[in-house]
Amino acid sequence: MSDHVIAIEQLRFNWPGESSPILDIPSFNINKGERIFLKGASGSGKSTLLSLLGGVLTPQQGDVYLLGRPLHDLRAAERDRFRADHIGFIFQMFNLIPYLSVLENVILPLYFSPLRHARVIKNTTAEVEAMRLLAHLDLSGALLQRSVTELSVGQQQRVAAARALIGQPEIIIADEPTSSLDADRREAFIKLLIKECDEAGNTLLFVSHDASLERYFDHCINLDSLNHSAQVVS
Amino acid sequence: MAILQLALKSLWNRRFTAGLTLLSITLSVALLLGVERLRNESRSSFANTISGTDLIVGARSGSIQLLLYSVFRIGNPTNNIDWQSYQAIIKHPNVKWSIPITLGDSHHGFRVMGTTPDYFKYYRYSRKRPLQFQNGKPFTDVYDAVLGAEVAEQLGYQLDQKIVIAHGAGKVSLIKHDNKPFTVVGILNKTGTPVDRAVHVDLRGIEAIHIDWQGGSPTPGMRITADKAKQLDLNPKTITAAMLGLSSRISTFKVRHYINNYREEPLQAILPGVALQELWDMMAVAEKALLAISLFVVLVGLTGMVTAILTSLNERRREMAILRSVGARPAHILLLISGEAIGLCLLGILLGIGLLYSLLFIGQPLIESHYGLFINIDWPSTYEFGLLGILLLASLLVSLIPGIRAYRYSLADGMTIRL
Ligand SMILES: Nc1ncnc2c1ncn2[C@@H]1O[C@H](COP(=O)(O)OP(=O)(O)OP(=O)(O)O)[C@@H](O)[C@H]1O
Ligand SMILES: [Mg+2]
Repeated sequence: MSDHVIAIEQLRFNWPGESSPILDIPSFNINKGERIFLKGASGSGKSTLLSLLGGVLTPQQGDVYLLGRPLHDLRAAERDRFRADHIGFIFQMFNLIPYLSVLENVILPLYFSPLRHARVIKNTTAEVEAMRLLAHLDLSGALLQRSVTELSVGQQQRVAAARALIGQPEIIIADEPTSSLDADRREAFIKLLIKECDEAGNTLLFVSHDASLERYFDHCINLDSLNHSAQVVS
Repeated sequence: MAILQLALKSLWNRRFTAGLTLLSITLSVALLLGVERLRNESRSSFANTISGTDLIVGARSGSIQLLLYSVFRIGNPTNNIDWQSYQAIIKHPNVKWSIPITLGDSHHGFRVMGTTPDYFKYYRYSRKRPLQFQNGKPFTDVYDAVLGAEVAEQLGYQLDQKIVIAHGAGKVSLIKHDNKPFTVVGILNKTGTPVDRAVHVDLRGIEAIHIDWQGGSPTPGMRITADKAKQLDLNPKTITAAMLGLSSRISTFKVRHYINNYREEPLQAILPGVALQELWDMMAVAEKALLAISLFVVLVGLTGMVTAILTSLNERRREMAILRSVGARPAHILLLISGEAIGLCLLGILLGIGLLYSLLFIGQPLIESHYGLFINIDWPSTYEFGLLGILLLASLLVSLIPGIRAYRYSLADGMTIRL
């Protein structure tokens, strides 16, 4: 089990007020360094699963282990800290805080994670590291001075990717980061993201309902095949 | 620390609405403190209507009544003091000076007060300030008059103006002492006290205009001209009241005891400071109402702030979800939103204090010259600090409202970005 970056056992999750659980996953494991593509129909519970992994939601039943740590043993504040230290998130859109500059947005997780902050400043400064990541994601120069609201959606997503990557969290979770991009941009974005993860050695969990993206990943998993709830319904 | 920076940046991002909110808090705080200041200043100015006088003597009645007619020239005495009693009292070894006063007549609604030139020498108001002449000098002749500042201003009188005194205190008086006009020889500076609304004449003048009178009307068939009257004995038979200055504070109670137990007629002596306090307490309702109103204004200011922040919360749920995803705790979110409100309140309070003091510095000379009210510019009193403390506490509590709301949102939303 200790090899698994993410391990789920007998997980059941019910939204309050719902009669049946949206998620009922007997087992689901991801190994270190894997690039996983998780697909599933809209409303199938993908984002819900990610919130459970982030420790923002807690399952009614079952265990979630991240990096060998049982999330259910942690207090809420510790789960928040754990998320800050070990997971970088990228969402579908509106990833950035409008009143912060591009660089400030990238550096944001370091405020909440002394661990990642220490990792960054061991070799360089937070700003330099942020610029390095942004440059790897093809963002540099005058763009960095712009207000984040003036960036194109694709540029915003790359800034979000840099933010997820800074300080090398073990796990990168991307929740449909490309669904608001056109096909060319989508491909470029995924390639850049995977390249960065390869260099830093992060584990990548990429969620989408767009099956055409499968080919960039080591493994493709359909949520419905994991989730007993879905099988009962359909 | 990070949250503080975020709160500041987010505030700066919404600087226009935040500025308006800040303005309303600033104004309401300045208003509250200003009202409080004015309340205190008018109370102390009221308490300083008369100063330096140790005792006021009058016929026995209520102490407030005596204060009202002797100092504020409101109402009328029920009885007078016999001139002989007055002479006896001022011979008491502890009486240093005395000012006799006689009321009863008026000029265009302003009370005419008969007294002696000692009035200008010994009368003190505010913090031991003497009366000062804007023009002219104290009266010397029987038919001289000295006007309070407001009398001269409202009636447009200059020196050497001839004025006729009317019998009684009403604004419209049918009977006038028009055969014995007075000449204005002096006009006093503004004091912000009832002195401004009085016409001062010599006690002998009062006696002279009533010399051919009996009871409340002229004696029929008997007319004594102004010049002839001067030749007669113009020593008053009675006076309305007297102000006494004593040789020492300690003797106050001795002299008071002496007067209160005076054999020949029922008299009373009051301590003006104590009586003023009693009178002020009777009027305290109005000042409390004023304070209550300004407290409500502050409440409106705070409510406005909460409303502004609450309406912005919906737009900010996205921002909160992002913060949660990078590791912020719900408590951070609470701090972020409440911190913003608290920051606004703090700044508003500071700016409000600043505004008040700048207004005080600008307004002080104006208020003094227009209303004779001298406003002391001091550090905030302990009471005002208390008020500020309450304000701070109130804003803290009020700030929790949007904070707790955001906290709930962020617990419910988690990292899900809701639009
Ligand atoms: N906060 C919530 N409270 C109650 N029910 C919720 C909440 N969030 C999501 N759900 C429900 O849970 C189910 C799964 O939602 P989820 O967001 O996980 O789907 P998804 O697979 O991510 O879909 P999409 O591909 O459209 O993003 C939906 O039926 C949704 O209505
Ligand atoms: Mg989703």
